[in-house]
Amino acid sequence: MNRRHFYVLVAGLSLTGLGMFLFKFLVLGFPLTPYEQADVWDLEARITFEAKDKPVKISLLVPRNSHLVTVVNENFISRGFGLITRTESGNRQAVWSMRKAGGAQSLYYHATVQKAGVKEARPLKKPPEIVPHQFEGVFLEAATTIVSDIIAQSADIEVLIGGLLSRLHKEKPDGPVLLLLGKKADPLKKLQVAVDLLGLNNTPARVAHGIRLKEQGRDVPLIHWLQVYDNGTWRDYHPTSGEPEIPADYFLWWTGPGPLLQSKGVDKLHVNLSVSLSIDSAINALVDRGQILTPQLLAFSLFSLPIHVQSTYRILLMIPMGALLLVLLRNVVGVKTFGTFTPVLIALAFRETQLLWGIVFFSIMVAFGLSVRFYLEHLKLLLVPRLASVLIAVVLLMAAFSIVSHKLGLERGLSVAIFPMVILTMTIERMSIVWEERGASEAIQQGFGSLLVAAAAYSVMSLSYLEHLLFVFPELLLILLAGTILLGRYNGYRLTELARFKVFAKDPS
Amino acid sequence: MILDLYKSLAKKGLLGINQRNADYILPYNARHRYPLVDDKLLTKRLALQAGLGVPELYGSVEIVRQVRDLPELLNRHTDFVIKPAHGNSGEGILIIASRIKRAYRRHNGLLISEEALFHHVTNILSGMYSLGGHPDKALIEYRVQADPFLETISYQGVPDIRIIVFRGFPVMSMVRLPTRMSNGKANLHQGALGAGIDLATGTTLEAVWQNEVVDEHPDTGNSVSGVKIPYWDTLLHQASRCYELTGLGYQGVDIVLDRDKGPLILELNARPGLNIQIANKVGLLPRLRQVERDGKESMTVEERVTFSQKHFGAVLPPQPAEQTTNHL
Repeated sequence: MNRRHFYVLVAGLSLTGLGMFLFKFLVLGFPLTPYEQADVWDLEARITFEAKDKPVKISLLVPRNSHLVTVVNENFISRGFGLITRTESGNRQAVWSMRKAGGAQSLYYHATVQKAGVKEARPLKKPPEIVPHQFEGVFLEAATTIVSDIIAQSADIEVLIGGLLSRLHKEKPDGPVLLLLGKKADPLKKLQVAVDLLGLNNTPARVAHGIRLKEQGRDVPLIHWLQVYDNGTWRDYHPTSGEPEIPADYFLWWTGPGPLLQSKGVDKLHVNLSVSLSIDSAINALVDRGQILTPQLLAFSLFSLPIHVQSTYRILLMIPMGALLLVLLRNVVGVKTFGTFTPVLIALAFRETQLLWGIVFFSIMVAFGLSVRFYLEHLKLLLVPRLASVLIAVVLLMAAFSIVSHKLGLERGLSVAIFPMVILTMTIERMSIVWEERGASEAIQQGFGSLLVAAAAYSVMSLSYLEHLLFVFPELLLILLAGTILLGRYNGYRLTELARFKVFAKDPS
Repeated sequence: MILDLYKSLAKKGLLGINQRNADYILPYNARHRYPLVDDKLLTKRLALQAGLGVPELYGSVEIVRQVRDLPELLNRHTDFVIKPAHGNSGEGILIIASRIKRAYRRHNGLLISEEALFHHVTNILSGMYSLGGHPDKALIEYRVQADPFLETISYQGVPDIRIIVFRGFPVMSMVRLPTRMSNGKANLHQGALGAGIDLATGTTLEAVWQNEVVDEHPDTGNSVSGVKIPYWDTLLHQASRCYELTGLGYQGVDIVLDRDKGPLILELNARPGLNIQIANKVGLLPRLRQVERDGKESMTVEERVTFSQKHFGAVLPPQPAEQTTNHL
């Protein structure tokens, strides 16, 4: 082996990585920390559906400027579809249509929004119209009872709203409430009933629909809020407690009873909202200041990808960190693990389950799998059928685990579904072999080692600062690669060897 | 504290696992030669061709069907050993000492039925004892009769002599003595006793058992240090010749001494363990470096053994008279 070649390679890799990083940071001014441009966000709505060779019409409600946010930039990705935007009862709506479409299709709406930073909304010129209520007969009677009850107990509008919402959200709803809500009312239904009841009292109200602007989110849930017109403006009220408040990171998407998405002539319609802190726009602002080189660089960067793919890469780019840690722990510390990359894959699963639950799930699955494996040992099966049998048992256990924990109300248990079951199966197989050949203590020790490395890899891989750094500066991976190659020639002692050869050192000779 | 420990180990030339892999196994052991040592059947054939002593092969079982023909084969022998061709660290080895009607008596006195014996063979075939669980072969071979001299310092098993051979030069050796704890097996981590051997004379040094220095065998009570290994020069020659046999630059040669047939090569190992350094209380590194520096590819087996005996003999403990230092 040529030593010079080796060191030149390592130096070349690290210098290239470092050079690109410094150029982007110092010359182009890419942000080093994730919070420098916390007021610009990228939003994306991804609509997927199956067309049936018929005319297709999809309409999606899209955000509009408000006193809280400004839509800086937006674009619609719609191959072959005609597109119009219009205003529909105070909301903006994008309508895609096509005379004939077939097969699986996807449409994207992408927007960059900026927090406007205006505290108070401008007063409306005239009070909004009250949407006429739909109550009839016995329902009208129930509604009137509730409204008059609450009015009798409240002095001002805030108390009234609080009283109304707490009555709708009671553990055991009384007769009139039960009649209006029906048996299984979700939070949105309750809010809509609250709006109708307020309308009955001649107080204009509406449901607001929006999302939380978190740092990074795929498939973010819609958050519904209550807005009541009072004294010239719409005021926000917490949907269950009725407190006059709204989260600082709340982003209003649309208002009113209409659904986000409407369609004609399609199947399997699904919309997925994602949000991410916009590093891209922070960088665009820099481009505007006169760096000519950057657009070409950006066109081939990770930012040019759709948001949901970007989210995937945020995770993928952290895997090398886990791998490097694994190399350190195995070759420098000397921890014994099952399988080479098993701990890193387990660590990825921990991202969904969180550490503590992940460890609990993993231990339960492995313990169960081992008992199945030991039972199968009696049947003297051949290798591949034996592995397949363990795999089937593992999948069954995962399903059972999810169902039981769901019934018990432990939603955490559902995330067991993302555990890499093939990896689990291989871990079980190897553990049982070590168990038989080297004894239980060795097997448990190695299993413990795998868990330890997985936990350590998880801790490193979930550092959000590191995630940002690797995403904005993926060239840092070259330095990581150089480090890993360097470790590949580490021929010093492992830490565990120091303990093993301790006797040796004590000897005076 | 850790750094001190690290430095003191490095000063003694202790070879660590990373360095063994990076500096010796990767450069000196070509991967395509591994099958020669991993498959004991292949090793045996090679050794026979080279005229080296190995335990005689009575027969082998390669497919489950052949298990039916086993009784015929076994009837010809009263004692024998059944082992997997790809086994590692002594797993799956069954030693039969005698036969009582349709049952067999194992070396430790326990009886095993014919049916259980056949089941053991099928287990071997299914790869239960092979690395990675690959399908394997079962070998039935001559049961080594321990040399009466060495029998006094081992318990229910045949002591085996491990010699590390680097580029054909024997660089370190030890004898592994089975104990009650190791269940008749010669593996240090399973509780066998390891005693370093002075390469120059073939005399055992102090023994190590469970990381403790001991003088006597824990089960027989006989002294284990200062024992002269018979046929020592032959052993070194045989080990040295294994380099030409396999072409592996860094290997461990395991040899047993048979009462009647003398030294027999049991198996070769392409990744020999590092515990031998504890048994000898000497690091491998200085010796490996000396071979790299002074050892020549053109040297014959005799020259290599002479070289090793000259340079790698044990440093005898200094005489009491020499220990007193003159104070000025």
